[in-house]
Amino acid sequence: MAVIIDKSTKIIIQGFTGKMGTFHADEMMKYGSYVVGGVTPGKGGTKHLDRPVFNTVKEAVKETGATASILFVPPAFAADSAMEAADAGIKTCVAIVDGIPSHDMIKIKRYMRRYTKSGKMTLVGPNCAGIISPGKSMLGIMPGHIYKEGRIGIISRSGTLGYEAAQQLKNLNIGVSTSVGIGGDPINGSSFRDIIEKFETDNETDAILMIGEIGGPQEVAAGHFAKENMKKPVIAYIAGLTAPKGRVMGHAGAIVSAYGESAVEKVELLKECGVTISKNPSVMGDTVKKVLGKS
Amino acid sequence: MDIHEYQAKKILSSFGVTIPRGGIVYSPENAENKAREIGGSKWVAKAQIHSGARGKAGGIIVCNSPLEVAQATDKLLGKKLVTNQTGPEGKIVNRIYIEEATDIEKELYLGLVFDRSSESIMIVASTEGGMSVEEISKEKPETIIRSKIEVAVGIQNFQARELAFGLGIEPALIPRVSDTIVGCYKAFSELDATMVEVNPLVISKQKQILALDCKMSFDNNAMFRRSQVSELRDKTQEETKEVYASDRGLNYVSLDGNIGNIINGAGLAMASMDMIKLAGGSPANFLDVGGGATPEKIVKAFRLITMDEKVRVILVNIFAGINRCDWVAEGIVQALQKIEVKVPLVIRLAGTNVEKGNEILKKSKIKYIEANTLEDAANKAVKALRK
Repeated sequence: MAVIIDKSTKIIIQGFTGKMGTFHADEMMKYGSYVVGGVTPGKGGTKHLDRPVFNTVKEAVKETGATASILFVPPAFAADSAMEAADAGIKTCVAIVDGIPSHDMIKIKRYMRRYTKSGKMTLVGPNCAGIISPGKSMLGIMPGHIYKEGRIGIISRSGTLGYEAAQQLKNLNIGVSTSVGIGGDPINGSSFRDIIEKFETDNETDAILMIGEIGGPQEVAAGHFAKENMKKPVIAYIAGLTAPKGRVMGHAGAIVSAYGESAVEKVELLKECGVTISKNPSVMGDTVKKVLGKS
Repeated sequence: MDIHEYQAKKILSSFGVTIPRGGIVYSPENAENKAREIGGSKWVAKAQIHSGARGKAGGIIVCNSPLEVAQATDKLLGKKLVTNQTGPEGKIVNRIYIEEATDIEKELYLGLVFDRSSESIMIVASTEGGMSVEEISKEKPETIIRSKIEVAVGIQNFQARELAFGLGIEPALIPRVSDTIVGCYKAFSELDATMVEVNPLVISKQKQILALDCKMSFDNNAMFRRSQVSELRDKTQEETKEVYASDRGLNYVSLDGNIGNIINGAGLAMASMDMIKLAGGSPANFLDVGGGATPEKIVKAFRLITMDEKVRVILVNIFAGINRCDWVAEGIVQALQKIEVKVPLVIRLAGTNVEKGNEILKKSKIKYIEANTLEDAANKAVKALRK
C-alpha cells in the first residue's frame, strides 16, 4: 500500500455537515476516496451525502471501522476535534483549518504524548492541503487531476506551491506516489522529518521533493535526518529568498527570527546535508528529473 | 499583534511584576501634571511606538523638572521616529509614557518565546541587559541561560529559581526575581502571547526588581478569545495598506520594489517574488488572496495594489485548485470593470480549467499580457517594466 493512505483506507469527515465539509467530502468521494461517514455533534443518526452522521468520533469508529479523518471545524474547536480523533483510535488525521492558536497546537502535541509510537495518530496540518496518493485516495482539498500516478514523494508546507510542483512533474511525465501538505503554521502535527522518514521506508517512492520556506528549523532537521539515515535522493526548494527579516509572510510560521531560518541559510545548510537544491520554483520538476536520470 | 510598552507593563504588573511608577499622556500639560503626580525629582519621557531601539532614535528623554517633562512631551508628540526596526518611513508618536527615573545598579535580560524545535515555551535570560538579544548572542553568548518549560504543567518554582541563581542574583533578591519570571510566564501562557521581553529587567540601587522596558506580541489566531488584548491594537503603528488588507482578510506585506503581486497561497506568493528577483525585478509587495481566490477577494486585491504608488507593473499568478480558472478569470474581469489599472498587467493562470480561463480573459476587453509558467510570468513582468 501507499504510504499513509490507500484505496481501502476508511475515512470520516469531522465537521461533515458544514459547507466546507460537505463540499470537500463530495470532491473526495468523486476522486475515489473511501468516505464511510462523518461526525457533527447533535446530528447523529441522520444521513448526509448518503453516509451516516455520528455524534462522536468514537461512535463513528466503532460503527464504520474508520482509521482516517479530516477536520473541517472552525479554528476555535479544532484542537478539541483533533484530540477526540486521537482518543478514538484514528490513525491518520488531517487538519485543513487555518487559524488554530499556537498554544492549542502545543496542547494537542502534549496530549498525544500519552500514546506509544505505534499507537500514536499521525496528525497532518493544520493550515494545509492534506494528503493525496494519486489514483488511490485523497484526504485533502487539492485538485486531484493535476497529480499523475508515479514514484515521487512530495512534502510541502504550501498548498498551491505543492500543486505547482505536481503540475511541473506531470508535464515532464513524472508521477507522484504520495503528496503530503504539512501546512504553514509554526507548530504543526507532522514535520518534514516525520514524513521524509515514512517515504524512506515506502517501497512505492523512489525520491522525495521537499518544498519548504523561510522560518523555523524543520527543513534543516529533515536534511540532517536524510544525511544520516536515508538512501533515497532528496530534492528541495525553499521559498522566500526576497522575504524581509522579522515579517510574517502569510503563513503564521513563515518568519525569519533566528540564524538558519532564511531561505539562503536553509539552502546552504541543506546542501551540506547532500540535498539537491532546486534553484528556483520554476525548475522543481526539472531538478527531480535530473536527479532521477543520475540514480 | 504588537502592543505598546506601557500596555505590556500594565499587563505584566497585573501578573505580579513590579514596574516603575508612571502614566500615559497625550499633551504637554497632561505630562507636567503627571510628573507632579508621580513625584520625585527625575523623570523619563518615553515615546510609545511599536519598535525597540527608541533611545538611539531620540525617543527617550530624561527630565529634571515637570517643566522639562512638558517640553520633552511637546518635542516628541506627532514626531515620526525612525529606528533600525521601523524602516525609513518611521513610526508616528501619539502617546508619551511618563515614568519616574530609576537608579540602576544592574541590567538583566529576560525573554520568553515559543521554541519551534522543542515545541515548548523557552525562557532566555542574560546578565547583559540593555543590549538586544541578537547583540548578546553575538557578543556575549556565554552569558545566555535558557530553560524549556513543559506547557502541560506550566513553570515550576525551581525552574525560576535556577534561572535567578544562574544570573548570579544575590540570595536576598532571589524570591523577587523568581516571582518576576513566573509572572512573565503566566502572562505569556494565559494571554496567548508569542513573545514577552523585559529588557532591561533592572536591580535598582534601592534593591527593587523592576521591569524597565517591556515588549509583548500576541498570536493573531487567538484574538477571538482575547478581546481585552485585541482592544490594545494601535493601527496608527501599522502601515496603512497593511491595515486595509488585514481588515479585509488579505495577507499583505508592503515591500520596496515596483512590481505589484496578486497571488493565491503564501508559498506560491513567496516563490513568485523569488522569480521576480531572479528575473532582475523587485516585488512591491507580498499578497496572498488565499487558496480559494474568490472574485470578491480579487477585486479587493486590485484595489489594494492600485493604492500603491510605487507599482509600475502588476503580476497576477493564480494556481486554481478546487476553484476553477474560468471562475478566477471572471473575477479578474469583474475587478477591472470596477477599478482602473493604468500600468501593464501580466496574468498567469494555471490548474483546473486553465484553457477556459484564458479564453474568458481573451474575449473580455481587458488589456493584459498572457503568461504560461511561473518563469514566463516573472520575465514578462520585468520586461513590461523596462518598456
